[in-house]
Amino acid sequence: MTSVSSASPGLGGLRDVKNRLFGPLPDVAEEAGYEPDHPKRVGFFTDTSVCIGCKACEVACKEWNTLPMDDSHGERDALGLSGMSYDNTGQLGANSWRHVAFIEQSRAVDLPMPTFGRPGDDRPHEHGIPAPDSGDLDSTAKAQASVLNIEALSEFDPQTGQTGADKQIRWLMSSDVCKHCTHAGCLDVCPTGALFRSEFGTVVVQQDICNGCGYCVAACPYGVIDQRKDDGRVFKCTMCYDRLTDGLQPACATACPTQSIQFGDLDELQERADARLATLKSQGVETARLYGRDENDGVGGDGAFFLLLDEPEVYGLPPDPIVTTRDLPAMWKAAGTAAAMMIGVAVSAVLGSRRR
Amino acid sequence: MTGGITSPGAGWRQADSGPATQRKSGKRRKRGGGRNRGEVAMVDDVEFTSYYGRQIVKTPVWKSPDVPLYLFLGGAAGSSSILAAVADFTDRPKLTRVGRMTAAIGSLLSVVALVHDLGRPERFLHMLRVFKLTSPLSVGTYILSPFSAAAGATAAVELLGWFPRLERFGGIVSAIFGGPLATYTGVLLANTAVPSWHAAYKQLPFVFGGSAMAAGGGISMIFVPVDEAGPARKMAITGAAIELAVMHKVETDHGILSEPFHEGRPGKLMQAAKTTTAAGAGLAAIAGRTRVGAIASGTLLAAGSLLTRFGVFEAGIASTKDPKYVVLPQRERLAAGTNEHASTVTR
Repeated sequence: MTSVSSASPGLGGLRDVKNRLFGPLPDVAEEAGYEPDHPKRVGFFTDTSVCIGCKACEVACKEWNTLPMDDSHGERDALGLSGMSYDNTGQLGANSWRHVAFIEQSRAVDLPMPTFGRPGDDRPHEHGIPAPDSGDLDSTAKAQASVLNIEALSEFDPQTGQTGADKQIRWLMSSDVCKHCTHAGCLDVCPTGALFRSEFGTVVVQQDICNGCGYCVAACPYGVIDQRKDDGRVFKCTMCYDRLTDGLQPACATACPTQSIQFGDLDELQERADARLATLKSQGVETARLYGRDENDGVGGDGAFFLLLDEPEVYGLPPDPIVTTRDLPAMWKAAGTAAAMMIGVAVSAVLGSRRR
Repeated sequence: MTGGITSPGAGWRQADSGPATQRKSGKRRKRGGGRNRGEVAMVDDVEFTSYYGRQIVKTPVWKSPDVPLYLFLGGAAGSSSILAAVADFTDRPKLTRVGRMTAAIGSLLSVVALVHDLGRPERFLHMLRVFKLTSPLSVGTYILSPFSAAAGATAAVELLGWFPRLERFGGIVSAIFGGPLATYTGVLLANTAVPSWHAAYKQLPFVFGGSAMAAGGGISMIFVPVDEAGPARKMAITGAAIELAVMHKVETDHGILSEPFHEGRPGKLMQAAKTTTAAGAGLAAIAGRTRVGAIASGTLLAAGSLLTRFGVFEAGIASTKDPKYVVLPQRERLAAGTNEHASTVTR
């Protein structure tokens, strides 16, 4: 059996390695104690620009890992609609290791008045629905009146009762997952060694060790790992550790029909992501950006990183996550000083009091 | 289709009018007649975005009252053990005895609270399979275990009257671990992604250390005759002063992350804690030399410490439930550009 290290980078022995708690680490597995011949670090590149929100990843993950059913608040064996969008998974948690976020956005479109033809008709029609007779000034009204006109329906906002002709709608979809951070807060704070760094550079919970102390839940800057209430232990994405050891890809990446979820060696994925970002930029998608790609960020870079089309918080991701243990040396110093202060106060309290 | 994503900036907004997806940070003023003392330095009313108003970091699964009670008991036990050891050297047998008993009972109850909080209590011993400096809970286990063993043994031999020399030795061992036991719990809370706890990481150990001295000193004041309780009184008053002063910094220094200490249930708990602690310290200074005054002020000081632990605990919990406490401070530090690290977003 391969020896497994549950020591976090902060305790890597006597070797002189920098950035144990913070900053880029060229080889996380070696830092965790593996021999240099360990496999390369693997990861996910989730390209949300091609995600279609099919949730095949969620289903594949649930099936392979036999995750129980829960509702959008993580309540076990409950069937519930979130009531907010097509997303009824709601969040990552103990029972959902992939979560497809679904964001519906609109924006006002500045249009010259009066219009010839309905605004937007000059756009190429990808939907294959023929534009209603252009050039007619009343076409908007006509289109609204026609129940069969799908485009008119989609642009008519029943809540405000106004035509959406000056409004565009878009959907953002993104399959969220555990980030398998270079500096993983969960791994750092685990007091039992149940969380460990695998030879693939991923972060995995050993279910036979976890005693459910819950520290990792509070320490994750992304809110990924959670406790299964009736079980007591914590659960999160293992990047299908069992499949990796058998030379297979993780279930979600296998199931993804659009290659939105790409699995592979992390350095290769990073190159691919950089190329994809450049392509999108050259096509005019100015809002495209990579998230968790930079190894100089607050967690030393993510093992699972993303291409997003809007700000991270729109997807429920923190805009500037920092591994909490970055500040731990300062915290221990404060605790040590405070403990010394207590002794000082107690001694002076005794010395300052008159003997009986 | 790229039609929707081509324009830069683009002005996209959450489409529905669903639950608080794009909203103001909610500059709230204290309602009604509160005094101006403790008024929060509110951040400007900034708009921020979230994923349908859902929280970003997870709420800790730590149970209440287990954990806040543990914070209190560990603190009281730790400071009592120090007091007992110093009192032992200066020949104050009653103060020594009460301190040792408090340390023993407090630490044993701490262990119970800590084990009960585990999702799998029967696996408590798994805590001892590794030692990790990066995990305050691991370090804490190796503080609490020797402390409770030493404090328990010291109290036992004192009660039984066996091996008087061992008594002093056990008392010293528990006193060595007593300070760390009381202050590491600040690190335990601060070393998390919980916004309002982490922001106060330099202060929480001092808050808890001060609070521990107020509790330990207060408990000793209740049980020790006044002529011997001078050190307990002094330690309790000093501890209460430290607790109040540093807690004031926690409540005012961290912008929006100080807000949870003022609002809702945690706000009420903190207010009650401050009032009780201040009243206890004042009463101890004025009437601590009378038996009745000592009992009353000691009780108030211990209760104030307990309320502080509950208030700090619940304020942290509250700060995880609103995404604004994650998004706004992180946006602020990105905008300020004061980070030593790069942005996680590559544009």
